[in-house]
Amino acid sequence: MTVELGHYALVLAFVVAIVQSASGLWGAHARSPHAMSLAGPAAIAQGALVTLAFLMLMNAYLASDFSVANVYNNSHSAKPVIYKIAGVWGNHEGSMLLWIVMLGVLGGLVATVDRHLPPTLRARVLGVQGLISVAFLAFCLFTSNPFERMDPAPVDGRDLNPLLQDPGLAFHPPFLYLGIVGFSVAFSFGVAALLESRVDPAWARWVRPWTLVAWTSLTLGIGMGSWWAYYELGWGGFWFWDPVENASLIPWLAGTALLHSAAVVEKRDTLKAWTILMAIAAFTSSVLGTFVVRSGLLTSVHAFANDPARGTLLLILCVLMTGGALTLYALRANALKPGGGFHATSRETALVVNNVLLSALLFAVAIGTFWPIFAEVFFGDRVSVGAPYYNRIAVPLTVLLAIAMSFGMQLPWKRASLRAAARRLRAAVAVTVAAMAATFWLAGKAKALSMLGVGMGVWIVMGAALDVALRLKIGAAGPGEILRRAGGLPRSAWGAAIAHGGLGLLIIGIVGTTVWVSERVEVMRPGEAVEIAGYTLTYEKLEQREVANYQTEIGTFAVSRDGRRIGELTPERRWYPVAEMATTEAAIRLRPLEDIYVVLGDPRDAGPEARVVRAYHHPLVSLLWGGALVMVLGGVVSLTDGRYRVGAPARKRAPAATGDAVAAE
Amino acid sequence: MSRVRAMAAALAVLGAASAHAVDPEDRLPDPAQEARAREISKDLRCLVCAGQTVDESNAPVARALRKMVRDRIAAGDDDEEVLDAVAERYGDYALLKPRFNAENLVLWVGPFLVLALGAWGAVRFVRANAALPAEPAPLTDEERQRLKDIADA
Repeated sequence: MTVELGHYALVLAFVVAIVQSASGLWGAHARSPHAMSLAGPAAIAQGALVTLAFLMLMNAYLASDFSVANVYNNSHSAKPVIYKIAGVWGNHEGSMLLWIVMLGVLGGLVATVDRHLPPTLRARVLGVQGLISVAFLAFCLFTSNPFERMDPAPVDGRDLNPLLQDPGLAFHPPFLYLGIVGFSVAFSFGVAALLESRVDPAWARWVRPWTLVAWTSLTLGIGMGSWWAYYELGWGGFWFWDPVENASLIPWLAGTALLHSAAVVEKRDTLKAWTILMAIAAFTSSVLGTFVVRSGLLTSVHAFANDPARGTLLLILCVLMTGGALTLYALRANALKPGGGFHATSRETALVVNNVLLSALLFAVAIGTFWPIFAEVFFGDRVSVGAPYYNRIAVPLTVLLAIAMSFGMQLPWKRASLRAAARRLRAAVAVTVAAMAATFWLAGKAKALSMLGVGMGVWIVMGAALDVALRLKIGAAGPGEILRRAGGLPRSAWGAAIAHGGLGLLIIGIVGTTVWVSERVEVMRPGEAVEIAGYTLTYEKLEQREVANYQTEIGTFAVSRDGRRIGELTPERRWYPVAEMATTEAAIRLRPLEDIYVVLGDPRDAGPEARVVRAYHHPLVSLLWGGALVMVLGGVVSLTDGRYRVGAPARKRAPAATGDAVAAE
Repeated sequence: MSRVRAMAAALAVLGAASAHAVDPEDRLPDPAQEARAREISKDLRCLVCAGQTVDESNAPVARALRKMVRDRIAAGDDDEEVLDAVAERYGDYALLKPRFNAENLVLWVGPFLVLALGAWGAVRFVRANAALPAEPAPLTDEERQRLKDIADA
């Protein structure tokens, strides 16, 4: 019964989304207050209905209702509860429903929060958001219905892909989805602004929190996915340039460019057309990513239940959305007139440079991802594009980006002096050079690459730290003054500095884990030991166990240093009989400066308990995840900036004025 | 992460076994040569797996490629010669770093072309803006009223 309720809710949401879209778009066009007033309630109702549908599907999973095909195919009665919940989005239909929920709820939130928007802009934003919902609801209902019943109902389910039975899965997709779907709001605002032929600083302020929510979630989602790959896949790698990883990186790059260019619109009322283009790019590339994953066009682990017919439909959706938005853009972008001028040396120029570099990076990732398809279609050749390509293109572009980042932060708006910026950055230059020199001495291998990476990371971290230090007058003012200034510094400035610093840390972490990694691969019998990076790993014993819905063998390894036992690692090899799949669970000794990572491999002839053992030592890898988390923190801090809570302007009026003055200094 | 699927495929063939890459028994005695072999293997695609490198894959063809790379190195080939030999036998599809040739020009030059185009566009944009007055146009009456409404709220 509840399953049918979910299905009805979804159908009803489809109808309500049509009303939302028609009343918003037509109402604004016809300047009909009655029609426009319908869009808000419709958006809220649609958000509530899709949420209800989602909860009903989750209920079917929790109750192990195997009469529902989706539950039968992806669940099992013996599965732990957390994976019954996470299993809802661990498959095609459920993940599409999650996508739709995010879309609908965001639309409802826009309707609830952004009540103060000019009526036609608000109606158009909700209308466009509704139109996207219509498209995806239709896709879900007609090709990927998660509520389909089976008769007769099977006794038990086929279980979820064991690789996905992991805490990482429970939270990685929701954040990733909130990220990529979150850009739909920026898209809707962008298209609505084109329909209004009007983009101004107020528009940029309204979009900013939504873009930030999306960017922050996407950063967290990608970081979690990367962490999951690190410990679950058992190769010790964190990023494989897999098409699907790239599909999430492309909107991230576009979203990052959007955040930076929107700042120019907000502060200086210029760079408008480009900003709209980025808003369109961030979301359409997200949809394209969904298409790539779902169609199985590019083979990947994420292509669960891929189906070419669904892929074709998604491609049509994607083409219509992108084509429509770009046509509108071509018609209207010229109507967007720039406001204030600026000098060639200025923050504005620095942010333009940031966008040019991010676009080149975005292009590289996109062309690399899709090149195998182009080459096959146009030349009939099968080519591969892998990590060696991306590394060669991305590293030089990232170096330029890193240099520009810290410099840009020292350039004030309107008119700046390169010489003054360079003078303020003297400390950063000194520390960076010192760090590179230290790297030269300390790095045992790949000295040039190590110096480059460490140099970039330290330069970015120092640039961010110096930005805050200079604004607070640390070193020049008394403690009271510094505290007062710290309180007065806009949260968005704190957020920017924190996020930049996070990227710097992340780059240092990448150097540690890719350049300075040590690896041992040995056949080991219980009692034997290997040395890695000054540690001794002793293979002590092997145990077999039956747990919940899988069987496992657990190896115990003692970690010792200088003959003293300092810890124990227990990697596992699991076998999921229902899904007929094996997984490896790496054991990782996490420490702030280094990880020791052990994977239990295949049996070998050397003895009944002889196994191939892979051990890694990853220095500074914590900075990689830590850096990503710091970037997320930057996004969160920036989100709390009171100046963007336009919904409650009265209380924040005075600080907002001074905040602007500080930022414009 | 497509290697996971590949791993599943490999498992189906080999029975229950987890993935492992370089088999200890395959290793070259000379550590420098072995290191080169590892680096080259990382630039080669396991042909039957989805996106996995030869260095990581457990599939028989990956193992054959690892052996081929090591044999070639032991025979005195340099890195380029090894890659050419692999491409000769298995096609360019095996190379994770696409060749720099006319066909792949867009791939290799494209990003820098975008960078150059972007730089050109940026210069034009910045020049055009430098000519404008620094202050934006004054508020319209409608905007003034909206500002007042927000301020009074």
